[in-house]
Amino acid sequence: MTAVDETTTDPAAGSPVNTARAHSHGAGVVPDASRAERVTSFDVADFAVPTGREEEWKFSPLRELAPLFEAAPAGSAAVEVSGPDAVVHRTGTLQEVGAGTAFTPGDRAAVTGWAATAQAHLVSVPAEAELDAPVLVAVRGTAGTTTSGHLVVEAGHHARALVVISHTGSGAHRGGVEVRVGDGADLTVVTLQEWDADAVHVGQHDVLVGRDARVRHIAVSLGGKAVRLSTNVRYAGPGGDAQALGVYFSDAGQHLEHRLFVDHEATNCKSYVEYKGALQGDGAHAVWIGDVLIRAAAEGTETYELNRNLVLTDGARADSVPNLEIETGEIVGAGHASATGRFDDEQLFYLQARGITPDEARRLVVRGFFASIVERIGVPEISERLMTTIETELAATDLAGTSSTEEN
Amino acid sequence: MPTLEIRDLHVTVDEADGGTKEILRGVDLTIGSGEVHAVMGPNGSGKSTLAYSIAGHPKYTVTGGSITLDGEDVLAMSVDERARAGLFLAMQYPVEVPGVTVSNFLRTAKTAIDGEAPKLRTWVKDVKQAMDDLKMDPTFAERNVNEHFSGGEKKRHEILQMELLKPKFAVLDETDSGLDVDALKIVSEGVNRSLASTGPGVLLITHYTRILRYIKPQFVHVFVDGRVAEQGGPELADSLEETGYDRFLTRA
Ligand SMILES: Nc1ncnc2c1ncn2[C@@H]1O[C@H](COP(=O)(O)OP(=O)(O)OP(=O)(O)O)[C@@H](O)[C@H]1O
Ligand SMILES: [Mg+2]
Repeated sequence: MTAVDETTTDPAAGSPVNTARAHSHGAGVVPDASRAERVTSFDVADFAVPTGREEEWKFSPLRELAPLFEAAPAGSAAVEVSGPDAVVHRTGTLQEVGAGTAFTPGDRAAVTGWAATAQAHLVSVPAEAELDAPVLVAVRGTAGTTTSGHLVVEAGHHARALVVISHTGSGAHRGGVEVRVGDGADLTVVTLQEWDADAVHVGQHDVLVGRDARVRHIAVSLGGKAVRLSTNVRYAGPGGDAQALGVYFSDAGQHLEHRLFVDHEATNCKSYVEYKGALQGDGAHAVWIGDVLIRAAAEGTETYELNRNLVLTDGARADSVPNLEIETGEIVGAGHASATGRFDDEQLFYLQARGITPDEARRLVVRGFFASIVERIGVPEISERLMTTIETELAATDLAGTSSTEEN
Repeated sequence: MPTLEIRDLHVTVDEADGGTKEILRGVDLTIGSGEVHAVMGPNGSGKSTLAYSIAGHPKYTVTGGSITLDGEDVLAMSVDERARAGLFLAMQYPVEVPGVTVSNFLRTAKTAIDGEAPKLRTWVKDVKQAMDDLKMDPTFAERNVNEHFSGGEKKRHEILQMELLKPKFAVLDETDSGLDVDALKIVSEGVNRSLASTGPGVLLITHYTRILRYIKPQFVHVFVDGRVAEQGGPELADSLEETGYDRFLTRA
């Protein structure tokens, strides 16, 4: 059975007032070249410094990211790892930690980051281990420095684990994350971008999903001047189930970019991508690229991807580009949706008609918007902290006049 | 006695083509607390417009007349101020609010209306009791507001709010529509409980007389073409049941 569903509008955000001034790309435009042909390589020479004309860089603030394109040696970010005793943590060169079996740099920043990484980390969860507490990997950047890092997260077969990578501090950081999920394992990787306001960060996360394994990758980008995170999912065998979820809140002058690529080659695998973002303030920019490729061999694939943007003020811009390439008809289902809208005035009216103030009503709506993803992080303290950060960001800008419900 | 007074109310909406259209054309209504006023009228006569205008929906522009609550100028109040002043609107089409649970919503609304958070223990009990009375499954508390609710469930949820928020005046916009007989009884009982306990004034907007068998109005207003065309007692509703709105329409 084949079901191809291309939805580009969303009833909750589809009214004319909701789409006003918010920029959004339409239906999934399949690029001329297949996504499969994009270069990946460990050799810096294979990637020129981007000029901004390249398809994959055209949305990015190259001036901010420039330090991350330099091939010069760089320091390592401060990394602290903690977790249950069963978890193995090793550091060493890329070779010493066995990096690169499920990760290949896919752009200039990723390859220069790889080349400059002197100290890499391995976090390994033994087969069949079921962790009762999360593994915490804290990456801290320092102002005025350019750093590189590579982290391998390995879950043995039938292991169950939650790994939270947090990014704080300042400076310019390139981070490679290589996630290897063993057969039948159940792994959640959360990456939190809670940088200081001046930090820049380009990251590449490659996730290899084992046979019948289940993996959840959750990206939360709130801080930083410019963050560009590429998450690539591949399947090592049939029956894998991958979810890539994300939330972001971009405020004035902040660029938050999330690029997803799910490459279906094995049979009977599932993928589900859902990213939700809010934007407010002048020059707030969010980019979401969702590429899904279903190769000819990937029969029985089921995939859905979704991006929603809530544009809270004028002067913010959301680019949302879903691409779906399907090379076989023998799939269970494939679809995508992308919607960019403003606050739903009817929702705000309903809440206010129950005595709730406009500020509180907006807070409830934004909280509700993000809740479905933030609550899936699995660490209540982290979910609560992120919600508080989101509410603080929301309160930081005077939203008066952005919604017609304000009048009277 | 608290009174909601609507005087010569004129309301317009902005049309898609940029023009404006007058929908309410001089409405007069006075509702005392504890009174039930049925407003009956054909489709498109402006009943919901009246309801939304009382609640302060931004889509409707008041171009003339007044609404006062115990002499206070309602039109000068924002939407939330009106609710805190004691006005309540049970909507014809309640709105879904994704990600906001019913229990969080109810607690937030109660806190806003009372100006302080309700005592946790009694509140939880009150909510449970009210849901039980309206035959709402307890799991509704953890569902998102109106999301995937059936038409009837949405209406129960509106009356649940009326019972818990205890307004001075409630406008019920076609609360009976989409309800089967059993649900109609359950919802009507909820309104009657409110009338018995806190005695709000009720403006009951409806199309059909069937809800009036369960909620007894003292006053019936026939609403045609943006104004009250005739008023009387409960017997007016009965005559409408027989003759319909035709005699008002042909005269208009
Ligand atoms: N935004 C709008 N733009 C144009 N016309 C509108 C708008 N809102 C309402 N109207 C018109 O105003 C009139 C009154 O609508 P209203 O919803 O108040 O009627 P009603 O009496 O509640 O009808 P029903 O019994 O169907 O609920 C209708 O003709 C409707 O089409
Ligand atoms: Mg109506």
